[in-house]
Amino acid sequence: MQATKNTGKSISLAAKKKKKRKLKKYLGLYLMALPAMIYIFINNYMPLFGMQIAFRKLDYSKGVFRGDFVGLKNFEFLFSTRDAFIMIRNTVLYNLLFIVVGTVLGLAMAILFNEIKSKKLSRIYQSSVLIPYFISMVVVSYLAFSFLSAENGFINNTLLRAFGKEDVSWYAEPKYWPYILLFIHMWKGIGYSILMYTARLITINDEYYEAATLDGASKWQKVWRITLPMLKPVMIMMFILALGRMFYSDFGLFYQIPMGSGQLYNVTTTIDTYSFRALMKIGDITKSTATGVFQSLVGFILILLANMTIRKISKEDALF
Amino acid sequence: MRTLEDKRWAFVGHVCMIILSILALAPFVLLIIASFTDEAAAIRNGYSYVPEGWSLDAYGYILRQWGVIGRSYLVSMTVTVVGTVAGITMASMIGYTLSKRDLPGRRIILFFITFTMLFNGGLTATYIIYTQVFNIKNTIFGLLIPNLLMNGYSIMMLRNYFEFVIPPALVEAAQIDGAKEITLFGKIIIPLSMPMIATVGLTSALIYWNDWMNGVYYLSANSKLQSIQTLLQNMNENVKFLQQNDLGTQVDASSIPSVTIRMAIAVVGILPVLLLYPIFQRWFVKGIAVGAVKG
Repeated sequence: MQATKNTGKSISLAAKKKKKRKLKKYLGLYLMALPAMIYIFINNYMPLFGMQIAFRKLDYSKGVFRGDFVGLKNFEFLFSTRDAFIMIRNTVLYNLLFIVVGTVLGLAMAILFNEIKSKKLSRIYQSSVLIPYFISMVVVSYLAFSFLSAENGFINNTLLRAFGKEDVSWYAEPKYWPYILLFIHMWKGIGYSILMYTARLITINDEYYEAATLDGASKWQKVWRITLPMLKPVMIMMFILALGRMFYSDFGLFYQIPMGSGQLYNVTTTIDTYSFRALMKIGDITKSTATGVFQSLVGFILILLANMTIRKISKEDALF
Repeated sequence: MRTLEDKRWAFVGHVCMIILSILALAPFVLLIIASFTDEAAAIRNGYSYVPEGWSLDAYGYILRQWGVIGRSYLVSMTVTVVGTVAGITMASMIGYTLSKRDLPGRRIILFFITFTMLFNGGLTATYIIYTQVFNIKNTIFGLLIPNLLMNGYSIMMLRNYFEFVIPPALVEAAQIDGAKEITLFGKIIIPLSMPMIATVGLTSALIYWNDWMNGVYYLSANSKLQSIQTLLQNMNENVKFLQQNDLGTQVDASSIPSVTIRMAIAVVGILPVLLLYPIFQRWFVKGIAVGAVKG
């Protein structure tokens, strides 16, 4: 009896010790996670509390977080003013334009790039086209300025003069800007797209192409019948993901490149630049926060819908 | 065997890639040439690939103003190094914790992180919190902390690498030897994960070096903490910026080569990126191959 009791006690003691050791082991792991979790709490979760400003009346005497609740009043301008219509229209249309042109051009260039057999030249091309991807939008705005400046720009002073054409004040003519912004977006991103698509292209098994060659298929047929169908799932995923980001825009592109020119606002204002200007230039905190809340909510719904669609098509490719 | 058709396609490929390469590089060439152009020639003929006159005036001016420009350089470098090291350390530590499948509460922490990848309060709400609650306006923390330190993607990338790429047998063997988690992490996990850490770290360094948004949000225009990107951004907003910030050196405003100096400062701003570009590119391309870089 005595003996068994003793063993029982020592077993439970050992279990306790083990549990303690286990806790100690996990404690270390939890501590390692702590700094990052504190940062994420401050950077990503506290702003969620800040969103309440969008539902309050701004009253500096009470402090930004203590104004009276006004419900959805601060959101009304999003559905009733022309400014809001323009920024939403621009954001969505530019996104659609970038998705379509980006996919077609990126894919076409990647397929052609893949045909180049010289390793050395491939590397030189790749290094060149990828450089713009690594440069900040501020510097890109300087590069654009050196071409587009009305007084000192290369286009007005050299190109247009060579053809005997009149100068154009580029920063004051809205009609050119959809093309300019598309060009700069592509210029900065094409190297990355080519790299991305090439990484997918080389995973396609060579045997398909060899079999097609034996059957006497032309290159063109191989692209249409093998390459594109094999890439279709990836393209659908990327397309749906891009749709999920429909209400977000590249702030740097739309804010830096037009250099704040007021005459261009109609074609360059997006949700992000509008929200920025409302806050930093006009000081309208409520309008700016309301715009941000609207963008986040619609963005959240869109990304959930996108993910749901992807889950239906192919489960492994879903984000969550 | 290469048929005539293969060669024709390759030829079209070469032509397209040569055009794209020229388009990609030409603006940089113009920028560099413009920075060496004689001010009077630049005003007369605009920025040109074949300027009428060359001059080092713009760079001379930068050297004389090194007080302002050198300081912004120092700020950029400090922020880049400190931010990258701190961010990658924190991200890999939590990534390591999350790579433990038996960790109690792992799913909760994972959700805590994933949620931030799907929903955010927006830049304005973030700005309000950082300025009203933490008062980081016009401090170095304003450049370091908001948004850039780490994000859900880099944490997930590191966690996946720790969990799936590092052989579990190695970790288990060390655990049997009684190594503490932190020792295990420092002595085994980190050295074995260098490819992933280099890719994530270089991406982060690049983001810090190129960032101008935190400068716009969290620094006032006359702050001494402006990074080189913020300086360039402020010159965009205000062409007279240089004259106004001319620190006591009594120069006649009209003698400042303002047309070419803009370009010279931009050249100075991209110089480190261009110099380190071969390294960046190598890790970047590798990173894409292992799925470490996402658009």
